[in-house]
Amino acid sequence: MEQIKERHERELVLNLGPQHPSTHGVLRLKIEVEGETVIKCTPYVGYLHRGTEKLAEGMTYLQALPLTDRLDYVSSMTNNIGYCLAVEKLFGIEAPIRAKYIRTMIAEMTRISSHLLWLGTHALDLGAMTVFLYAFREREWILDLFETLCGARLTVSYPRIGGVRNDVSQEFIDSLYEFTNIFPSKVGEYETLIDKNRIWLMRTKGVGVISAEEAINWSLSGATLRGCGVNYDIRKKHPYDAYDLVEFDVPIGLNGDVYDRYLCRMEELRQSNRIIRQCIEKLPKGAILAPDAPKFTLPPKDKVLDNMETLIHHFTLITKGPMTAPKGEVYCCTEVPKGELGFYMVSDGTGKPYRMRIRSPSFVHVSALPALCEGGMIADVIANIGTIDVVLGECDR
Amino acid sequence: MILDKLPSVVELEEGIKVIPGASTIIATVDKLINWGRASSIWPVTFGLACCAIEMMTTGSSHYDLDRLGIIFRGSPRQADCMIVAGTVTKKMAPVVRKIYDQMPEPRYVMAMGSCACTGNVYRSYSVVQGCDSFLPVDVYIPGCPPRPEALLGGFVKLQEKMMKESWRWSPIR
Ligand code: SF4
Repeated sequence: MEQIKERHERELVLNLGPQHPSTHGVLRLKIEVEGETVIKCTPYVGYLHRGTEKLAEGMTYLQALPLTDRLDYVSSMTNNIGYCLAVEKLFGIEAPIRAKYIRTMIAEMTRISSHLLWLGTHALDLGAMTVFLYAFREREWILDLFETLCGARLTVSYPRIGGVRNDVSQEFIDSLYEFTNIFPSKVGEYETLIDKNRIWLMRTKGVGVISAEEAINWSLSGATLRGCGVNYDIRKKHPYDAYDLVEFDVPIGLNGDVYDRYLCRMEELRQSNRIIRQCIEKLPKGAILAPDAPKFTLPPKDKVLDNMETLIHHFTLITKGPMTAPKGEVYCCTEVPKGELGFYMVSDGTGKPYRMRIRSPSFVHVSALPALCEGGMIADVIANIGTIDVVLGECDR
Repeated sequence: MILDKLPSVVELEEGIKVIPGASTIIATVDKLINWGRASSIWPVTFGLACCAIEMMTTGSSHYDLDRLGIIFRGSPRQADCMIVAGTVTKKMAPVVRKIYDQMPEPRYVMAMGSCACTGNVYRSYSVVQGCDSFLPVDVYIPGCPPRPEALLGGFVKLQEKMMKESWRWSPIR
């Protein structure tokens, strides 16, 4: 009898992942449970460590750009923009105003597509299948728009150091405008599915609560932080691109639980839509590449083929990179859909970064997972993984 | 074609014959089993990196894999196909192999994306240069990421391969 009792009281170690239908990517959690209660949760990361930072050291500034798409692959535009801004800061370039507006516009499109993916998978994990199918319908529209813009759907590499790759077409603008007309009603549609759903409320309300103070101590960012009632958005506090020229509100949660973070993200969808609209309406005419940027971007192919100077320029850019990189280090942070993405670049005067450090929101958020999970129920672990919105490509880099 | 009026045995396609009057179709067990397999591929739900997002897109409302009989399964024990969607790192490779080993025969592997095919740009210390170094890959789908149409194309290729197999159902092959 004594023995049986002991066996029942002993905690059980449970291994979740790296292959698990509902962990987002290759996250592995070691969970110690006592009955249904989680008493200890240890995240293990590194299953997608691709050595991006090291690879970037061997590449010129322009060549390293496509690596940044593949960090947070659901919001590649914002990653590119973050990287470009860091390099621009290092070289002292400023993108022209049209490029800034275009960047803001596509960054918000990316935010919508990333949040839709989050909504779909998060709801799917908690048992609401239909939301997934609805959310992917609109996400596909955005991906199609990206395709008209630059030819790629997911890994875009569209922004360039000092601007963007090509100008937006009228067809793109028209289709995007139509999207912004329809999208708010679609957000309402998702909300009718789960907002008042009793199962959804039970699985999200009061789950994964983290106080504002604790959230700041864990250095959370993005909607995960704002869900706890902290008013911190880099787009407002340290505006970059055209964010100081457009109007938008930053939704703040109250209780810091899964449900509030869900509400925040849903409101962000609407606000992003609003920003896109303003960008379309205000989009100024002009250049899309800074006048001093051509030494970082590849010249157009047709010019390379019949102009000697351009050919030489193309050649040196590929082989050596820009020769005049100033020595020094910069840190540049941007507000990506997941939170604060920072690039810390150290330059030693050559055409390649001496060190590129990526401060990714997902890595920080994963480290806060124990604080969210411990003391809760085992079923809520899945809700917590969903709510911090991690992408493992960015976490492991 | 009205089968009952036919004078003699008709070969519909190679290996499938119809006997008129008797309402009988003669086919090999191979044909029958391959047809069954090819029309219900059940891949195991498991994504590694960016390509997994395109795999999800393919499975969702716009492209809808279900109409081809392709349903994602959560457990490798119920699956017969594995889509290696994304970068396989050296830390992940043993796990991928373990999932493959847990799948019952017959099992098929699709390498989706340049990373799974060759390692892509990640020629670094931590990335496996192509998952064919530890898995028998049936179909390679290039692209970074491959479009959903390309993944669908990969499935069609896999179906073609399945239809050509012989004796894969037998213990004494
Ligand atoms: S092939 Fe490209 S999209 Fe696919 S996992 Fe590799 S880097 Fe990502």
